[in-house]
Amino acid sequence: MLNPISQAFKKSKKENRPALLTYTVAGDSSKNQSLEILKSVSKHADILEVGVPHNTPVADGGQIQTSSYRAIKNGIKMNDIFKIVKDFKISKYSKPIILMGYYNMIYQFGENKFLKECKKSGVNGLIVVDLPWPENKIFSKKCKKSSINFIQLLSPTTSYKRLKSITKDSHDMIYYISMLSTTGGKLKVSPKKILQNYNKIKNISPKKNCVIGFGITEKTISKFKSADGLVVGSQICKEITRSLNNRQNPVINVSKMVNKLKKKIS
Amino acid sequence: MRLKKGIPVIDQGNKFGFWGGKFGGNFVPETLKRPIEDLEIQFNKLKNDKKFIFERDKYFKNWIGTPTRFIKLHNLTKHVNGAQIWSKVVSDANGGAHKIYNATVHCLLARRSGKKVIIGDTGAGYAGKMLSMAAKKFGLKCKIFMGAKDIERQQPNVRAMKKNGADVIPVYSGSQTLVDAVSECMRYWVANCDTTAMCVGSTVGPAIFVRICGWSTSQISRELKVQLIEKFGTVPKKLKLYNCVGGGSSSFGFWNEFMDYDKKQVEFIGVEAGGPAKSKKHAAPLTYGSKIGILHGAAQYVNQNSDGQIEETESISAGLDYPGISPLHCFLKDTKRARYTAASDEEALKAYQIVTKYENLRPSLEPSHAFSVALKEAKKLSKDTIVVINSCGDAYKDKKILEKKLGKKYVKSN
Ligand SMILES: Cc1ncc(COP(=O)(O)O)c(C=O)c1O
Repeated sequence: MLNPISQAFKKSKKENRPALLTYTVAGDSSKNQSLEILKSVSKHADILEVGVPHNTPVADGGQIQTSSYRAIKNGIKMNDIFKIVKDFKISKYSKPIILMGYYNMIYQFGENKFLKECKKSGVNGLIVVDLPWPENKIFSKKCKKSSINFIQLLSPTTSYKRLKSITKDSHDMIYYISMLSTTGGKLKVSPKKILQNYNKIKNISPKKNCVIGFGITEKTISKFKSADGLVVGSQICKEITRSLNNRQNPVINVSKMVNKLKKKIS
Repeated sequence: MRLKKGIPVIDQGNKFGFWGGKFGGNFVPETLKRPIEDLEIQFNKLKNDKKFIFERDKYFKNWIGTPTRFIKLHNLTKHVNGAQIWSKVVSDANGGAHKIYNATVHCLLARRSGKKVIIGDTGAGYAGKMLSMAAKKFGLKCKIFMGAKDIERQQPNVRAMKKNGADVIPVYSGSQTLVDAVSECMRYWVANCDTTAMCVGSTVGPAIFVRICGWSTSQISRELKVQLIEKFGTVPKKLKLYNCVGGGSSSFGFWNEFMDYDKKQVEFIGVEAGGPAKSKKHAAPLTYGSKIGILHGAAQYVNQNSDGQIEETESISAGLDYPGISPLHCFLKDTKRARYTAASDEEALKAYQIVTKYENLRPSLEPSHAFSVALKEAKKLSKDTIVVINSCGDAYKDKKILEKKLGKKYVKSN
């Protein structure tokens, strides 16, 4: 049987569109609200990335940092994050969940215990921003044993030789970082160029589902329709911040935004 | 875990950059893998290249000014009435602190690789000031990331950076100190690594930055060894080297040449920042038994909560106000080559008062931490013990804090 992440890609392919992946931070702006956001977003998105907030992130831009600090300030802990995932998974809105974060959070929790909790709560995949290949080989094998997708990252600076080795060691899904940027940066490379690089990866590894992230917004998303999947993060985090500042309900606003995003690629 | 003899400590990491199999490494986003590898290749080649070493030494000698003085503190020796008190006055170096060595080497590397811009982090402002000086000297544009709290408390160095033409970028996230400045600097590098070189201001960060920095500051102990032999005819039988430890660049550089000596002959004592006596917060992960975690790309002992969030630190000294510590020092601690302890804010201030009362020397708040422990321990040591304290910074930058804490009379004007 296909794992839920691959199933999601299969479904979107059948509908002739890229899969839509959203990124929100667990506990932003509260535990309950972040759960509600996941539920409402899941009506439109195919796969949900859930950020594990960390207070010394080396690759996050301003919007995601703001969300993360908000969540940490509100007291989010690792166990709360698993609880949010679990509650989401047993709700009728269930969609594949990918946890995304920094390695220290896993390291402190204990790799094995972390994977056990992932399984128990229903996490389907992991992105560890600062655990690159080949350092991640052992951990990614452990993930595979637990039927959890370890998602390798690729970037414009990744050499061809490295692309080949990394894709070879990857599971069903890989993530291409569109440009040299932290999250939330403006698209500073042309979509054409990004898709060229993307196609290079697809040529090496046609069967793997490859998503593009960084710089994907309402404005840019329609230019990448040929990709297997697209990730939108910072714009959503920014919308949460904007809603809170305007005393509006972020759950409704974010859901609206994700609905629009979906329409642009359908 | 073992320290090997005859191999520079900076080269004792394994193929993944881990010292002792577990400290250091490269916990970095994929985007940085390539620029880090490029820098590794460049540095591994140049560190043994005669022409490059000649170039380095030329700038160290003519521009930084080597050697810095090694002096006996006669009055303090009398006052302490125990071991002999000496100081290596590294603040003699151009710019007023040891940070100039690393900054110079990074600019030399950047220039060779054709980079036009160099970025760096700073806490006390010395790393930033020195990078701005070196960047200017070597024709590079310079951006310095500095916590907003540190900008406020280290104004003289901020002014110097701006005068040298550097952009000083305030960092408002988190505790607004060094830890946040390093994070922000690394983030900027992630987004601009194709055109921009990065200098990490201490022996921290991904393994290559630890190595380059340690290699650069080792100039201090190379000089000291020569100076000891000049004064004593040999490396003394009982030698104790005291140094403050923030990230660990000055202490590592102060000790490196003596690594292979038995610790009974040459003992290394690292002094971390204990923070205010009344506060639970500190910047002393080695002294207070912090757990291993990952910070800024490297595994190290680091102040953190049980979840893995990095904890806020507190210290009167901006240069020591960092929750982590160099993997090199984690390695030296666990192999028991060096001993680590802490001094509180109050103890550092008191040491500053004593040193400035007895000697014509004005250590900044960072080395005042080292003086505090050294002077206390020296009382109990024999007269033939040689205590050397690295006075690695000048208190001019701390004028505002010292005036506030001690009153104007303690602060000699420059
Ligand atoms: C004068 C001085 N001493 C010590 C330090 C601490 O850094 P390190 O431990 O890397 O020498 C600093 C850092 O800014 C400094 O300015």
